[in-house]
Amino acid sequence: MSEFSKTDFSAVPDARGHFGPYGGRFVSETLMEALDDLEKLYRKLSQDPAFQAEFDYDLAHYVGRPSPLYLAERLTAKVGGAQIYLKREDLNHTGAHKVNNTIGQALLAKHMGKPRVIAETGAGQHGVATATVAARLGLKCQVYMGAEDVKRQSLNVYRMKLLGAEVIPVTSGSKTLKDAMNEAMRDWVTNIDDTFYIIGTVAGPHPYPELVRDFQCVIGREARAQCLAQAGRLPDALVACVGGGSNAIGLFHPFLNDDSVKMYGVEAGGHGISTGQHAAPLSAGQPGVLHGNRTYLMSDEAGQIIETHSVSAGLDYPGVGPEHSWLKDLGRVDYVDATDEEALTAFRELTKVEGIMPALESSHAVAYAMKLAATMRPDEIVVVNLSGRGDKDIHTVAGIDGISI
Amino acid sequence: MSRIKDCFTSLQAEGRKALIPYITAGDPTPEVTLPLMHDMVAAGANIIELGIPFSDPMADGPVIQLAMERALAHHVSLQQVLDMVRRFREDDDITPVVLMGYLNPVERMGYAVFAEAAAKAGVDGVLTVDLPPEEARDVLPVFKAHGLDSIFLLSPTTTKERARLICEQASGYIYYVSLKGVTGSSALNVTEVASRLEMLRTVTDLPIGVGFGIRDGASAAAVAAVADGVVVGSVLVNQIASHADQPELARKGIATIIGDMRSAMDR
Repeated sequence: MSEFSKTDFSAVPDARGHFGPYGGRFVSETLMEALDDLEKLYRKLSQDPAFQAEFDYDLAHYVGRPSPLYLAERLTAKVGGAQIYLKREDLNHTGAHKVNNTIGQALLAKHMGKPRVIAETGAGQHGVATATVAARLGLKCQVYMGAEDVKRQSLNVYRMKLLGAEVIPVTSGSKTLKDAMNEAMRDWVTNIDDTFYIIGTVAGPHPYPELVRDFQCVIGREARAQCLAQAGRLPDALVACVGGGSNAIGLFHPFLNDDSVKMYGVEAGGHGISTGQHAAPLSAGQPGVLHGNRTYLMSDEAGQIIETHSVSAGLDYPGVGPEHSWLKDLGRVDYVDATDEEALTAFRELTKVEGIMPALESSHAVAYAMKLAATMRPDEIVVVNLSGRGDKDIHTVAGIDGISI
Repeated sequence: MSRIKDCFTSLQAEGRKALIPYITAGDPTPEVTLPLMHDMVAAGANIIELGIPFSDPMADGPVIQLAMERALAHHVSLQQVLDMVRRFREDDDITPVVLMGYLNPVERMGYAVFAEAAAKAGVDGVLTVDLPPEEARDVLPVFKAHGLDSIFLLSPTTTKERARLICEQASGYIYYVSLKGVTGSSALNVTEVASRLEMLRTVTDLPIGVGFGIRDGASAAAVAAVADGVVVGSVLVNQIASHADQPELARKGIATIIGDMRSAMDR
């Protein structure tokens, strides 16, 4: 039907981790051997039914999957367009989609016999999800977090500490997620013998973008089957927020060959794309190399990475997963944005109309989905990835309302 | 013949080893870099590694991260770094200069534009920390066409097989990182380094410089006994950090350290 039928989306990345011109492995020599080892192990285990069964068991009994696909009837009525379904990743154990990936990577760490795991975190959801699986498997866990994020996500910082992890505030650079990732990489280079680095998104050097995607694809596989079962057909559009882009790729990937399904990745528009204060590399950046992969980035004319802004810590990142860069160039996914203000409005709206409090990250997807659904017919279907719950953001929202709690 | 090759050839004839100091261009201010480069040569440096400031130096420890932050506070760009080399060449046409940095600034300038400008400025080699040979296939021919040597890192985790692959792509010299870790790490095991170099000599005839963990005359001399070159960075950059508002003192301190290393290595 369309040009996309001809693209074999399952054939990427190639053997060296390239998604078209994006991805790859741009790291210093000290990490090459460790990445090779990880890739070899992953190649073996991803074909191993016993490993898959172990992963599936944990997703079912520890995470609580499948997560529901919920028709948001009151929101749909209020918007007055397409039917809005929410993929309820917020109902997962630990409250976000992040745990799908940390379960998978922790199993890899276990198979490699590494006693210590490290992670970077922005909003703290990935840090919490990592600390959680580390607690369960008895692994030592240290989480790097930008000092700025430590301040705005104090609840998650304390959660990680209760789970037995050590949170290390990172004070270099812009003190946010990208700096936490730099610091985690430095730790990994130094402690490579006993440490597994659990990267939280579909970025970083090969094989991370591939394996994180594979672990997150459970979202899209479930959503596809649930939509067919509940609505009798495929959705017309998918909407997910994109920071690094792991929840989005997890939802989108199993639908890529369904040409009739349109996809929208919603970046953080911050104060508005035109102000320059945003975190939307796909909307307003250009290709470059950071954190081990080539992808769209926010950098200045001299090639320095520029500071990003978003009300949501989890989207406050100047890069994006390389597969998204490729999907953008192909035109398979439309990358759009929602501003801080639109996200906050959506946060309040969904909370009041459906009794579901979304994470500020996910609120970006909800905001765009409401706009999109309003332009569609009532017999059409939009599936929104509700990637996380909003409890962690109550402080931020209260602060914006001028209330201290 | 390249300046780097000439340098190692003449040192070898004298039975001496190369002393290769690293500083970050523009640290603590752009004005200091050019006189500092000349100071280092006068104190006994043979090759200068000049760091290109980058906002996200993933492979560097806190000392060089902060150096880059100091330089970036003055918006030191790759273009300005090339200009510093051009001015250095007005007074020194012998000492090789190697640019060391991360890929994104080079990629943003464009490989061909960069290679041409670098060659014209008098740059001899380029070491891009986050560009392994597997990803460098489009880049290396461009560098080569402009007479730029491609310096690569080898680490304690590099297998013999990979070392061979890397050495096939490399020219100028090989930079052996003596430790797992970031720049500025402390422990150095010379015996271990010696046995690694023995293996590397079976896969390459290129000179081998060793860096990471070299702090004084004694450690420089110990490494010089087994390597062709001694790379020293964080201990020099520390001088700048301690005297950022008195660059004269920093320059003196750096010249003293290099002088000590030189005499210890030549002893």
